[in-house]
Amino acid sequence: MRVRSSNKAMGSFVGQRPALSWAVHLSMLFIVFLWLFPTVGLFISSFRTADQISSSGWWSSLSTQEQQRSPIRITGTETQDKGLYVVVGKLFSSEAVVLRAWGTSSKRPNEYQPGATAQLKRGRSLTIDADGRYRFTAQQSQAGKRLPRVFTTASSPPEFTFRNYDYILFQGDNSDSMAKAFLNTFTVTIPATIIPILFAAFAAYALAWMEFPGRSILIAAVVALLVVPLQLALIPLLKFHNEIGIGKGYLGVWLAHTGFGLPLAIYLLRNYMVSLPRDIIENARVDGATDFQIFTRIILPLSFPALASFAIFQFLWVWNDLLVARVFLIDASGQTTVMTNQIVELLGTRGGNWEILATAAFVSIVVPLLVFFVMQKYLVRGLLAGSVK
Amino acid sequence: MSPLMQGVTIIVVGVGLCVSYFFLSNWLLDRVFLPARGQHIDRNINRANAIRPWLFLLPAVIALAVYLAYPVFETLRLSLFDRDQGNAFIGLANYQQMFSEPKFWEALTNNLLWLLVVPALSTVFGLLIAQLTDRLWWGNIAKSLIFMPMAISFVGAAVIWKLVYDARPAGTEQIGVLNALYTFFSGAEPQVWLTLPFWNNFFLMVVLIWIQTGFAMVILSAALRGIPEETIEAAVVDGANPLQIFFRIKVPQITSTIVVVWTTITITVLKVFDIVFAMTNGQWETQVLANYMFDKLFRANDWGVGSAAAMIIMLLVTPLLIWNVINARKELK
Repeated sequence: MRVRSSNKAMGSFVGQRPALSWAVHLSMLFIVFLWLFPTVGLFISSFRTADQISSSGWWSSLSTQEQQRSPIRITGTETQDKGLYVVVGKLFSSEAVVLRAWGTSSKRPNEYQPGATAQLKRGRSLTIDADGRYRFTAQQSQAGKRLPRVFTTASSPPEFTFRNYDYILFQGDNSDSMAKAFLNTFTVTIPATIIPILFAAFAAYALAWMEFPGRSILIAAVVALLVVPLQLALIPLLKFHNEIGIGKGYLGVWLAHTGFGLPLAIYLLRNYMVSLPRDIIENARVDGATDFQIFTRIILPLSFPALASFAIFQFLWVWNDLLVARVFLIDASGQTTVMTNQIVELLGTRGGNWEILATAAFVSIVVPLLVFFVMQKYLVRGLLAGSVK
Repeated sequence: MSPLMQGVTIIVVGVGLCVSYFFLSNWLLDRVFLPARGQHIDRNINRANAIRPWLFLLPAVIALAVYLAYPVFETLRLSLFDRDQGNAFIGLANYQQMFSEPKFWEALTNNLLWLLVVPALSTVFGLLIAQLTDRLWWGNIAKSLIFMPMAISFVGAAVIWKLVYDARPAGTEQIGVLNALYTFFSGAEPQVWLTLPFWNNFFLMVVLIWIQTGFAMVILSAALRGIPEETIEAAVVDGANPLQIFFRIKVPQITSTIVVVWTTITITVLKVFDIVFAMTNGQWETQVLANYMFDKLFRANDWGVGSAAAMIIMLLVTPLLIWNVINARKELK
């Protein structure tokens, strides 16, 4: 292994300069930190409540925080008690939050201590305890009027919840739900990964090991089609699908992904199959095996690494795709939405609700991340085979 | 039938049809039409062997022809015709109309800016990281973590980075890390980063650089490891310092790989759509060609100008396409 010994040479060389070695460690740590920071932020945010997300940055969520929160308006049903109109309630949804100071005007947000009573205009008063329970009283009914806003400074311990995931995945048919989109994404992805592999494997074998006129032109055509932007295909194919009666739907999106994935698939698989030892194939031919038998019994099993590489590419690409799904699959009914599209919709309707956005995005990211970490070896091999010439 | 069962059934039927095509077509060829027996055995085998490549190739060739080759010509045709005038030939009128729109020029200049910045920075970062991790015992872990964004969709990345760029009104706690740092260090009002013309382009580019650096790193790292050790040892013996070794010995030996990485990322940049679509949708002067085209096709419903925009993307890709084909042909020989 040349690689190893080369590393050793470099290692001993660097070893002479410990300061340099430390600089390398530290700068790499910094870069990794920089690269991970945004994703970790989304991940942590998906376990925080809406309150927490909007009141503090996610990076402060791991320690107890004392900070001023966004103003909360008093709400509740009015009851009558000894001639007074009373509203009681609780400011914070979590038990663990402790009130440090509060006020009723943005100019003096820390005017009162917990337990103190604020005398407001028109004979109204407000008392808030340390646990956030409040009692609002007034001499006239406040029905139809806006109740005062409260500015609070409170300390809250780290707290995480699965409620967002429950809401996004298991709360049935609300418009924020990702459950249906999750299933649809699977339905799109699996055939759109398998079909091009099948087509490409046979074609790659023909291009690698069979003699026929026009072979080199076909190979050149595949290389050329590798870079054709799929933007060009949108309108002509949509027209074509409408003409042959497929319209928008799963069949159309599978076919489209098959067509768009084929050049890379054929290219990767052919390069791999060409590199297999010629002897194996010729011996089999001498023994009277047909090309079909050679392909299915010898080449296909031997090509597993290349098949796996392409399968991961195609899986990630189809799973993460937005454009092809929007053009060929998603119709006005919205029944066939996929996760990327659902997230874009949520960005529109729930732009500021980070607990929903973060959770929805993470639900869509988690499957590709799993595939990535489990199958990384094949992904790297495929990348190397696909671009280094 | 539940949607899940329906999905599984469709998957099994679809995949089963594909498998049986290959199996049945070969079976028919070998057993029924040109059997390898009887008096014409030699002729039959030869004919079967001449036909078989095309059986293997048929589905792939049809799919490539219909889904990639035909659309290029059809798009060209559509860009020269007008749908509203009963498909009349209108020459370059669609292109003229497109060139008169300021939004098109905005998209084109932004795209060129992306082409300058993203491949360059991704390649430089990728090379830097590949070199740094080469010497570390935890280099593979570091590389795997930096490579990770490759698995994340552009839309997911858009959400991740929108949180980074989030802006809250002045005086309240900032939950986007960029504004938190900015207000902390400068004391100024928080900025709504994605609406700052010109600079917002760079905030969008950061997302793609973040994703593509891992790709560049993986390939350049392999190339660095492929450098013959003798050249490095010779330099060490001659007293070269690490910077000299890197720039004078290593980089020159992997130039061709750097070019491949650069062009691959360039092609990705030309097609970038999802990031802009999900983060700004081309508002605040962040339009790019792919999103401009999508806008024309599906929102303005103007197929002529949309196709013309697609042809511009194709035109920008063509030099790379020709270069690729020439390289591939060299290799075949």
